[in-house]
Amino acid sequence: MKLLFKLAAKNLIGAGLRTWLNVIVLSFSFLIIIWHKGLLDGWDRQAKNETISWETGGGQYWQENYDPYDPFSLTEAHSGIPPSFNTLVSKGNIAAILITQGTIYPSGRIQSILIKGISSNQKLLKIPSALFIKNSEEVPALIGRNTATDNRIKEGDLITLRWRDVHGTFDAGNIKVIGIFDSDVPTVDMGQIWLPLDRLQKMMDMPGEATILVWNKEEQHSTISQGWKFKTNEVLLKSITDLIKMKSVGGIVLYIILMSLAMLAIFDTQVLSIFRRQKEIGTYIALGMTRGEVVGLFTIEGSLNSVLAGLLAALYGIPLLAMQASHGMSMPGGSKGFGLAVADRIYPAYSLGLIVTTILLILLTTTIVSYLPSRKIAKMKPTEALRGKIQ
Amino acid sequence: MRKLVIPVLMLCFSINAQTPSAKDIIEKVDKNMSADSRVFTSKMVIHNPRNTRTVESKSWSMGEKKSYTEYLSPPREQGTKMLKLEDQLWIFSPSTDRIIQISGHMLRQSVMGSDLSYEDMMEDPHLLNHYTGKINGEEKIADRNCWIITLTANTPDVAYQTQKVWVDKDRFIPLKKELYAKSGVLLKRMELSDVLQIQGRWFPKKILFKDVLKEGDGTEFQIMEIEFNTKIPEYIFSKASLKK
Repeated sequence: MKLLFKLAAKNLIGAGLRTWLNVIVLSFSFLIIIWHKGLLDGWDRQAKNETISWETGGGQYWQENYDPYDPFSLTEAHSGIPPSFNTLVSKGNIAAILITQGTIYPSGRIQSILIKGISSNQKLLKIPSALFIKNSEEVPALIGRNTATDNRIKEGDLITLRWRDVHGTFDAGNIKVIGIFDSDVPTVDMGQIWLPLDRLQKMMDMPGEATILVWNKEEQHSTISQGWKFKTNEVLLKSITDLIKMKSVGGIVLYIILMSLAMLAIFDTQVLSIFRRQKEIGTYIALGMTRGEVVGLFTIEGSLNSVLAGLLAALYGIPLLAMQASHGMSMPGGSKGFGLAVADRIYPAYSLGLIVTTILLILLTTTIVSYLPSRKIAKMKPTEALRGKIQ
Repeated sequence: MRKLVIPVLMLCFSINAQTPSAKDIIEKVDKNMSADSRVFTSKMVIHNPRNTRTVESKSWSMGEKKSYTEYLSPPREQGTKMLKLEDQLWIFSPSTDRIIQISGHMLRQSVMGSDLSYEDMMEDPHLLNHYTGKINGEEKIADRNCWIITLTANTPDVAYQTQKVWVDKDRFIPLKKELYAKSGVLLKRMELSDVLQIQGRWFPKKILFKDVLKEGDGTEFQIMEIEFNTKIPEYIFSKASLKK
């Protein structure tokens, strides 16, 4: 076996430019597959971590009428916070959020907005609600950077807000923007304004009520509460998982094209080798090698292309991928408009599993592609092969 | 003494007869402004900070709950139909050949960038059913003597907690209206003019709506033709009529 490997390596190197062309093409496939998958994994990880930190926490209890995809449901989606949760809310271990719709008039323009009230003492989410405690004289408001930019709102601005209370009666008043936060999660930013929960409850005439209760990761969510439905992070982050899955499927097409190009080159090389090296094949058999061993030799030769490609890819790929992992990849402006968490820069994540899987996949495919033309050797007559007669 | 009491009483009576109660005034305003059914063609001139647009429409309404509107122009909006039943609204757009439903907060959004909300445009509420009035003074509007009446909601489920209405003393028509939020912030102002007698009642043919929180010169709502208490076939107020 050792001899076969030595011989295969010698033959492969001896083939010169033909080998190196195959190896270069295959190394590109290696690199692009690892880079693309790493990018998607990095995006998935970043998007989920950010969404958990800013929005979903350790899962959420939704008031039973709440449907985030149906704004009509908001008028009915509120009820009193269950008494069993009150201690956790007061400790800040549950973030209670009340959601309603309203209109803001920044600089005389009219703009529909989602008003969200959040408990000031919550520590679960990154929404800087602690700022509310320091600003209690007026109705303080927090907005995300994107909403601020879209509506040309600055910190310290007074904006007129119009809303309807629980009975449907119009009310209006000024709110003061006390902070603008930067978040990569558009679902806490785009078209939204955050107010202290108690103020919004008072404005809406909904004392002690909420629409969503964000749960702490450390707390058990076994407490069953009537009128509230628990949504796990698996459900809440499904849109991210689905998107990444969809992108991965799209990536498979790219991998197939890349691998096909590389495999076509290897297959072609193998067919050509067997055709041109018939005398050599005959000599191996005449020297005592079995047909199986000769098939093995040619298969190993083909497979070694992937080993060389792996080494070459490592040579120029590791610095490139490492640089990308530390600098990240800048995402185009406006990506947040899709409603999914997209950071300004995405940092690819190359896990050991990803690298090993890719190596094994390419090695296996190359071996199969190398073996297929080599089977012809088994049918060759050694005497004819020695004479170099075309079979 | 007896001789003195009778003239004094008569004087008090005549003063009372000259100034009806706020309730009577509102009742008379409702008689002029509201009807069991209305069919009218209107023109809405929307003055935005950058441009002015005109939208023509024909509307059918029955009581406070049912209303149907079809846009006649501009060509882009022609054929768009709206049906409002209770607090739900359906809009049919011929370009997409689809009916979409609007309810809740969306009903309070402006119609085509105007100063009117869908509710303002399609509702015909009887003031007396929802408000209690109080005469707060008198003022001249467009050379006509008016009572200033403050209306306070009887029930919590009305859009505007307070309204201020300037009612023409002779014709019992509001010539100006101010709509206030619960907090007392002025939200909208309406100026009513071109008052004509139609089918035995006074009615303003032109209303200038102004959302005071918004920039712009407001929206003129002009009634071109109007008929009161005509029989409207029931099928008009069905979703099937939207696609006809």
